[in-house]
Amino acid sequence: MPVVMDADRIGRTLTRIAHEIVERNRGVEDLALVGVRTRGVHLARRLARSLREIAGHDVPTGALDITLYRDDLMRHAVGPQPLVRRTEITFSIDDKKILLVDDVLYTGRTTRAALDALIDFGRPRGIQLIVLVDRGHRELPIKADYVGKNLPTAADESVQVYLEESDGRDEVVLQQGGAA
Amino acid sequence: MSAPVDAHLDQPPAVTSLRSKDLLGIAELTPDEILLILDTAVAMKEVGERPIKKVPALRGKTIVNLFFEPSTRTRTSFEIAEKRLSADTLNIAIASSSVVKGETLADTALNIEAMQPDMIVMRHSSSGACHLLSRICRSSIINAGDGMHEHPTQALLDAFTIRERKKHVNGLKVAIVGDLLHSRVLRSNIHLLTKMGAEVWVCGPPTLIPTDIARFGVRATSLVDEAVADADVIMMLRIQLERMEGAFFPSLREYFTVFGMTEARLRRARPDVMIMHPGPMNRGVEIASEVADGPYSVILDQVANGVAVRMAVLYLLAGGAEHEAAA
Repeated sequence: MPVVMDADRIGRTLTRIAHEIVERNRGVEDLALVGVRTRGVHLARRLARSLREIAGHDVPTGALDITLYRDDLMRHAVGPQPLVRRTEITFSIDDKKILLVDDVLYTGRTTRAALDALIDFGRPRGIQLIVLVDRGHRELPIKADYVGKNLPTAADESVQVYLEESDGRDEVVLQQGGAA
Repeated sequence: MSAPVDAHLDQPPAVTSLRSKDLLGIAELTPDEILLILDTAVAMKEVGERPIKKVPALRGKTIVNLFFEPSTRTRTSFEIAEKRLSADTLNIAIASSSVVKGETLADTALNIEAMQPDMIVMRHSSSGACHLLSRICRSSIINAGDGMHEHPTQALLDAFTIRERKKHVNGLKVAIVGDLLHSRVLRSNIHLLTKMGAEVWVCGPPTLIPTDIARFGVRATSLVDEAVADADVIMMLRIQLERMEGAFFPSLREYFTVFGMTEARLRRARPDVMIMHPGPMNRGVEIASEVADGPYSVILDQVANGVAVRMAVLYLLAGGAEHEAAA
């Protein structure tokens, strides 16, 4: 079970992404972070802390649950439904530059669902995608604007992101033959 | 069965699906299934607070609302829930249906089923009508009230409303006051509240207390003051004159004098008591206007929460059931 990112590496990577965000957007004005549940939310909160240290301003941060927008809901007549969690976006996204945060970019289907969900909250000026790991194998024309680590993988491998807030440790692991 | 501790919203629920394709009553649900519905409803409530109150989850699903009894609140609530989930909905009301021409319930159901709906939401004046439908229909059947038997989504929205205020149901004293005999809301609430570990008191005129009510694990009394004393929650039930054949009490005015919920009676309850009513209310019969409109009343919260709870039920049943997937 090879560890591809440890805690230090994850910390440095998020700091680097925070600096890239400030550079590309010339500050943090009109920016807002939206994390995709569950681990994208933890990453978004960490980025918000870094941005405050770098730029001295708070960036509004929200949590997005994409379950009700998934394209594989109801594909089978029977079977358990995925769990729905609460979306918490307490600010208006109109005319904001939204930084959408997820842990792993794979097929791109989660991102597609997240984009649809976000648009239902208003009309942002733009949406930029941040991922900790891009593992390839895209099935939709979607590309991240900020990538923590490009990780070439085989289809039968899986990438697990563990974060302190939900898993008690910071680690990215590449697993053989697991489903994820 | 020991009462479960109410789950915290940040923790994953103990079960991730309902076992049945239908929601016929609370009696058939496990405490974990109830918590799954209530937790899912928390997420659904947020959808109703958005500028665009619609998600694509049930796109392409057809839901028939089959109402053999008059209903404004429940039918509207189901229809809004269905539309917020992007389902296609169809309302069939008794007055415009073939039933007045003599068709049986089973034939009506089979004819609707032939048009391939995914779910049927039914209200009927006969207890057990939904159970009949669930045996002959492939579609998911959701009970929106069957006779004097159950009204499961009402009990679920009541529990959701209690949880929203009190954070838990376990250990609360809940007094249910009114027409106990004819109330399907009572039966569903007794099942739900006892499964979730509440202390349930029921109160009404002796003529309106079912004889074997203690069998359900509740305390019965005809003294309102005893039922209401230190109560965390008071649920008022409507006097169902339309179901009464015969005289159960001398007059509505006397009923109000002895059982009506007034501010004076309320003082015996806990200072943070919640007043609930499933509607429609008879002001001046079971509840005084100053109580219904007062600070303790959550009656309109119940109506708002009904949509979220029904969205949760529709969503969870739409994917089918685990035991069928295995078959």
